[in-house]
Amino acid sequence: MSTQIRELWRILARSGAQTPATPAVEPTPASVEIAPYDPLLPYLQSARGVVEIDRLELDSVALRSLKEAGVKLTVPLVAQGELIGLLNLGQRLSEQEYSVDDRALLSSLATQAAPALRVAQLVRQQKDQARRSERLEQELRIARLIQQTLLPRELPKLPGWEVAAYYRPAREVGGDFYDFIHLPEGRLGVIVADVTDKGVPAALVMATTRSVLHAAAERLISPSAVLTRVNDQLIPNMPENMFVTCLYSVLDPLKRTFRFANAGHGLAFRRGVGGVSELRATGMPLGLMPGMRYEENEVLLAPGETILLQSDGLAEAHNSRREMFGFPRVKQLMTDHLNGPDQLIATLVAELERFTAGGWEHEDDVTLLAIECSSLSAKAAELAHLAALELPLPLQAEFNVPSWPGNERLAIQKVSEAVQDLGLSSSRLEKLRTAVGEATMNAMEHGNQYQEDLPVHIRLQASNEKLSVFISDHGGGQRIPEAAAPDLEAKLDGLQSPRGWGLFLIQNMVDDLKVTSDETHHTVELILHLEGGQHG
Amino acid sequence: MAEARIAATVRTENGMAIIDLDGDINAFAESALVAAYLETSELKPKTLALNFSQVNYINSTGIALIVSLLARARKDKRPVIAFGLSDHFAEIFQITRLSDFMRIVADEATARQGAAEEKSQ
Repeated sequence: MSTQIRELWRILARSGAQTPATPAVEPTPASVEIAPYDPLLPYLQSARGVVEIDRLELDSVALRSLKEAGVKLTVPLVAQGELIGLLNLGQRLSEQEYSVDDRALLSSLATQAAPALRVAQLVRQQKDQARRSERLEQELRIARLIQQTLLPRELPKLPGWEVAAYYRPAREVGGDFYDFIHLPEGRLGVIVADVTDKGVPAALVMATTRSVLHAAAERLISPSAVLTRVNDQLIPNMPENMFVTCLYSVLDPLKRTFRFANAGHGLAFRRGVGGVSELRATGMPLGLMPGMRYEENEVLLAPGETILLQSDGLAEAHNSRREMFGFPRVKQLMTDHLNGPDQLIATLVAELERFTAGGWEHEDDVTLLAIECSSLSAKAAELAHLAALELPLPLQAEFNVPSWPGNERLAIQKVSEAVQDLGLSSSRLEKLRTAVGEATMNAMEHGNQYQEDLPVHIRLQASNEKLSVFISDHGGGQRIPEAAAPDLEAKLDGLQSPRGWGLFLIQNMVDDLKVTSDETHHTVELILHLEGGQHG
Repeated sequence: MAEARIAATVRTENGMAIIDLDGDINAFAESALVAAYLETSELKPKTLALNFSQVNYINSTGIALIVSLLARARKDKRPVIAFGLSDHFAEIFQITRLSDFMRIVADEATARQGAAEEKSQ
């Protein structure tokens, strides 16, 4: 017997047993369950007309219940040859036996009522079905809403890096999610995860996991430590038979390192000069067992290298012949198509469509993340990144030069070494060398009076736009004389000292010059604009 | 202790005195430059040429020394020609306007030619 029929029997039995126990007492609703294998069922299915309950002798639980409920007569209701209910009657109010006419009337009533009851039952079934469907749709809408709310609205912008993402939900809304977490010092946490199960339960676990991951990532640096913490926090509240696979990684755009730990998630790939390789790290899914530890690995990405993170929706997609797309195919596609992250993802999605030939019914969510270290020079990327973050300019170098005649050459040499990665033209470099030499000489001579124990402090900081060289001496608290343009004719005629070229040279060698002074120190900032400066 | 890293040697070519400078022109070069100029003065050349082709550092004190040398030469009515300057130092000679008072040429051959022109004038 189908579940539907069993349910039907239960409903009918419940309604049919609402019989008064005694004539003097108000009818008391009673519920009688007729089990599927109760012998009363086949008896009633084959009976025609009115059945006297008291005369039945069957080893039937339901029959005993009917008798206890005071049912005297029952009339099987049959529509289209199917028993659809019982018309149960208790004792007559007059306490007299049911007459032959009564029984004939009941039989006639049952014959006419059965089709109407059947129609009513079908209408109720339809309504129940519609209500269930609506509830399911509503659940799917909620699940989709939760999922959409949790997915990042925009991709992180990392100078020197390209990031692309693709997400397509399954028909029933799976448990995939991905996210980015901006961490201190410009690092980026990258999450790709998949919750078992679908619909609202998966979405709720997803929301919890995401929150716990964020909290852990903000406190811990190591990806394996983050997964350990998340696992321990999820365990007590994880619904039965549910768990989360997750690959958590930390990208350091400046150092170009990609550090990752994997809690049972699908493979990640790295495409570099040596081809495509798998990024493996072992670990159990989150929420399964307490006290888990996760392996952690790190790769250094060269410009042009790409990382592909994915959920299993792509590799485990099937075509009409039940063949699987598979990780080897993903790897091969990465090998064959040496294009940027956007194009890589477009290629993978197009191949998935081709593979499933439209027969793919969105078995599972598909999530793809591609991150590429673009071919910008690492230094340029670093500078642009810091500029975007509005962090203090990175320190190129910092050193002291003893105040001793000729030591400006030492300053020039150290500054030259410090700026060698900035890509200055030889002309710009020569000018910087001259300016640094002159400013250091001034600092040693005028600021520190060539006292060996008073060094000149030199600090270099650079952004993508400018290089600043700060040269400080101990001549603070003094009036800074205005720099006058040297009068060469007067010098040649002996009317002026032939000296006095230092500041004039500095001003003409750099794009900008700032002089600051406090009680103890006097600082000259030499500024070179690194993109299209006026002295280029 | 920092020491002078300059050599200034004098030679003549067809009535032109050439001071070949080799090293850094900074405060430590003063005595070498003065001595070299005095040596050329004794030769009473029509033109004085300064060979900077082996000079890789000139600072503001070095510029001042060149200004002093140029002032003496002007007093002695001796035209000065400079050759062998790197692009950077040639630009500095322009910025400081030294190039307004001495001819800047690329090499010694051009300097000789220039000296010949001075002679014929």
